[in-house]
Amino acid sequence: MDARTDRGTGSSLLGGMDEPVVRFENVGMRYGVGPEVLSDISFTIAPHSFQFLTGPSGAGKTTLLRLILLSVRPSRGLVSVFGEEVSGISSEALTSLRRRMGVVFQDFRLLDHLTTYENVALPLRVQGRAETSYRAEVVELLRWVGLGERMHVLPPLLSGGEKQRAAIARALIARPELLLADEPTGNVDPQLGRRLLRLFVELNRLGTSVLIATHDFALMDLVDARRFILGNNRLRIEG
Amino acid sequence: MSEGATLERAPRATPAADLPPTLRRNAPLVPTDTSAGRALAAVIAILTFLAALCAGGAEIVASSAAQWQGSVAQEVTIQVRPGPGRDTDADVATAAALAAATPGVAATRPFSKGESERLLEPWLGSGLDLGDLPVPRLITVRLGSGTPDLGSLRQRLAEALPGVASLDDHALWLSRLSTMANTVVGVGIAVVALVLLATGLAVTFATRGAMAGNREVVEVLHFVGADADFIAREFQRRFFRLGLRGGGIGAAAALGVIGLGGALARLWRAGPAGDEIEALFGGFAIGWRGYASVVLIGVIASVVTAVVSRLTVRRFLD
Repeated sequence: MDARTDRGTGSSLLGGMDEPVVRFENVGMRYGVGPEVLSDISFTIAPHSFQFLTGPSGAGKTTLLRLILLSVRPSRGLVSVFGEEVSGISSEALTSLRRRMGVVFQDFRLLDHLTTYENVALPLRVQGRAETSYRAEVVELLRWVGLGERMHVLPPLLSGGEKQRAAIARALIARPELLLADEPTGNVDPQLGRRLLRLFVELNRLGTSVLIATHDFALMDLVDARRFILGNNRLRIEG
Repeated sequence: MSEGATLERAPRATPAADLPPTLRRNAPLVPTDTSAGRALAAVIAILTFLAALCAGGAEIVASSAAQWQGSVAQEVTIQVRPGPGRDTDADVATAAALAAATPGVAATRPFSKGESERLLEPWLGSGLDLGDLPVPRLITVRLGSGTPDLGSLRQRLAEALPGVASLDDHALWLSRLSTMANTVVGVGIAVVALVLLATGLAVTFATRGAMAGNREVVEVLHFVGADADFIAREFQRRFFRLGLRGGGIGAAAALGVIGLGGALARLWRAGPAGDEIEALFGGFAIGWRGYASVVLIGVIASVVTAVVSRLTVRRFLD
């Protein structure tokens, strides 16, 4: 794969002068009164960068993604997203930050009562746009991810790979500045996995920062990108 | 990212043009046709039906009472009691003349001795010789337009025929009737208010249930950038639709029952008990005001459903 991603050190198409998309400083996270699942996590995600997040199951990959997504708040430390510190953030600001992110969940989280078309169009629909204004975009993207013939199908009737592609299309449709993906190639054969990865690389080349959580080393070896490795509740950065 | 950049490599076709015509594109984001939704619509329908029947019943009583009051208030009665050594016929004629001379009185009709005795037949039976009994005599005085001065008539009767003639303007009976009618209408309004309150509470619980049942939907909507207002609107739309369906069915059923009642009443009126039924229920017709209030209750039930669900969702999300 001819990935042309940056090394994710903050150097980017714009020369590394931009504010980081995500910044964590000494972040600790515990659920309730339990032990910390993440301790002293510090990193930045630069604009236009590409990185993997890896580590054994249960190492806290999903929690880290949830912290970036602002669906949980850190127990301590500082998290800032798109330059905004997230403690005490208003719900309006939270919504506008989320509109700048795309997310692919490990379990897809497609809405079962909506067609594939409606699922993919969801991020545009919740912005209050009229259906006719985004129809062409949605159909184009669906065709691009190979779901052109499946757009009227409800998710329960899609195969695992098709669901995954629908979830990815939903994450991409609003052209996010930051894409978070949790095991996005977990349910597909290696060939399709590579194709999806190429999609992310392409998206990154066009300016989106990408963070992919995976423990598929073969996949990571395909792209020369920074790796965030979680283990023993701590983060190590390679590359 | 620049406009259209994501799809740089995608084929540039005319995608919208060849979309399958059957493709569903804008289904409600909150699932509507669930068993919980149908149950809620049924609850709203039943509550609306009961409230509408109640309102219809109150309307029938109110309009019948108004009819009775109208016809009763058109008349007053002068009672002339026979006394020892008095010429009752002359007393009746005096009283009738006094009444007729009062401004605002349209007509007077003295009951003859025979007619007065016949009035007692239902109680005493027929075939009796009541000649020796001191049967009081009645004069009905029909009032015309304007307000006759009944006070001065009463006074003049007392002066001309002291202890013999008295004027009954039915005020006591009218006030009792109006109290009864107002009570029925008040109870009707209270029941309608209670039913709407019950609807609101049912919707609150149903909305909470729906929020819990659709937690996944709410979470996904949040992640794709929906704000609380958007989510509340989606839920409100769903519940308004359910409320409209329930309210519509309930109001339609109530209108059907009232219509059926009217038809049956017309059928019975032809029979022997018809006069009593008509006297009691009027025409068993609720008039446009009654129909309007039934429809209004259906609409209010839907609006209550929408507003309550929105408030519940907002509180849940905040």
